[in-house]
Amino acid sequence: MTTTTVEAAGLGKRFKDTAALDGFDLVAESGTVLGLLGPNGAGKTTTVRILTTLLRYDAGRAAVAGFDVAKEARQVRRRIGLTGQQTAVDDLLTARQNLVLFGKLFRLDKTRAGERADRLLAQFGLADAADRQAKGFSGGMKRRLDLAASMILAPQVLFLDEPTTGLDPAGRREVWDAVSGLAADGTTVVLTTHYLDEADRLCDRIAVIDHGRNLVDDTPAGLKRRMGADRLEIVAADPADLPALERIVAAVAEGDVAADEAGLTVSAPVKDPVPALTAAATAVQDQRITVADLGLRRPTLDEAFLELVGRPDQPQEARQ
Amino acid sequence: MTAVAPLPDETLAGRVKWTLHDYRTIVGQEFTHLLREPANFAWTLGFPIVMVLLFVYVFGSAMDVTGQGAGVDYVAYAMPGMFAMTMAFGFMNTAMAVAYAKEKGMVDRIRSMPTASSAVVVGRNISDTIHAGVDLLVLFLIALAIGWRSEGTVWETLGAFALLIWLRFALIWIGVWIGLMAKNVEQTGSLFALAFPFGMVSSVFTPPELMPGWLGAIAAWNPVSATATAIRELFGNPVATGGSWPEQHALAAAVLWPLLITLVFLPLGVRRFRNLGR
Repeated sequence: MTTTTVEAAGLGKRFKDTAALDGFDLVAESGTVLGLLGPNGAGKTTTVRILTTLLRYDAGRAAVAGFDVAKEARQVRRRIGLTGQQTAVDDLLTARQNLVLFGKLFRLDKTRAGERADRLLAQFGLADAADRQAKGFSGGMKRRLDLAASMILAPQVLFLDEPTTGLDPAGRREVWDAVSGLAADGTTVVLTTHYLDEADRLCDRIAVIDHGRNLVDDTPAGLKRRMGADRLEIVAADPADLPALERIVAAVAEGDVAADEAGLTVSAPVKDPVPALTAAATAVQDQRITVADLGLRRPTLDEAFLELVGRPDQPQEARQ
Repeated sequence: MTAVAPLPDETLAGRVKWTLHDYRTIVGQEFTHLLREPANFAWTLGFPIVMVLLFVYVFGSAMDVTGQGAGVDYVAYAMPGMFAMTMAFGFMNTAMAVAYAKEKGMVDRIRSMPTASSAVVVGRNISDTIHAGVDLLVLFLIALAIGWRSEGTVWETLGAFALLIWLRFALIWIGVWIGLMAKNVEQTGSLFALAFPFGMVSSVFTPPELMPGWLGAIAAWNPVSATATAIRELFGNPVATGGSWPEQHALAAAVLWPLLITLVFLPLGVRRFRNLGR
């Protein structure tokens, strides 16, 4: 049985004369990870701030864990955790003192706050640094401490606003493991991210947002499928072989063949990837052509994303 | 296995109990800061101490505030002013701490928690008031060391310190309001340009009647002057008063000014805090 833990419908929010959210819908089932993807200024953070009771909205309705975020904010706050974009930890306190402080503010008693602190320090690889001041921590360590603080409650819903920005690969992996672990234990996670590999790996569903409106709501696989078929790609070793390779690719292609002479690459979408790959490889061998690379490329989420919202680093006016 | 937090009861008594618990937690955090970084605390006292030494030993010998010759009784005149000025500058620390908590996302984190949101502001106020008490104690000991004495009774002396804390308490609300208004911590840092004349254009180091007329009038009506003059009277230290109302009724002014400031800036700060969600 699936139940809905986060539900927003027709959410609208204006800041002066710009509409940050303009009829945005969002649904997250219990125990799933929902990714909120979109370019800067699309409305991701505004959505998170509304759902975590930090910001009032102008239109629509939103409920978290069954409670209205505007009318029953206090009930919502008992059931959520938030890691915002800044690392909100107290630099002057030690890692353990930070977690105990937040535990107390979550109204755990002293013993319970201490237990949770020790457990989270171990889980986030901070046990050795427990009694060191946070100001001496690396960016990754601080971020982990920050995340640990938002997980003190083992909340029903956890909101993460760009949780791995600025982390090294090892740090990202730790965050991912922690998020996956929480989701497996029944926590619903809503996260915003710029990293498509992160969304691909963590999220059960991805909602793409732009200009405060829904563009797409789908699974990572579904998003990629919208991008169409896999592509067969051959990289030539010698530019002279390009025409021959084009003929080979065209024989198995399911659409237009794209030839990139500068990159020595010939590619085309294919319908049945494995037979197409085998046929192309056999043809290359039969004609005794030496190639630098031959393989299948699946569309990445990056491509799906670019297709949907345009180049993310384009200025906002240029996108439409 | 989600939601390990106990859900505290929703009765009025329960809410009051938990709100007080939250205040205590935030004040406890401030005290941990103090123990962890005593140097930070020492630095905030550095400025008034340097000013004491500068004015008493560098400029003081040329100051004639009592009309009995340069340097006479200057320590007795300047020390109460120094106490008042330290209280006056304190609002900058409050503003910076609030702006820092806001910029770092600490305010948002706490607002998204079941914690009483007012703990951010009230906790700040309580700990800053306690800070002010410690500041005063240290300055008091320094003053004694360089020969200043209170000639008043124990009760008058304690009353003077109460007036000083009262001034600081009122100015904390200005600090909270400014801290919430500021875009970042750097912006509050530039407040010093504002705080400096506020502290100095007063009777702290020089009697207002020795200043040009218009400036003297501003200095005479400055809340810092009111407190400085009132505590000089209570300490039995030399008072150099002009004819303006706050100088003639220093005690009343030292009570009323902070009250007025609180009445204006407390609601402004609270409103600003509530509007963070807009």
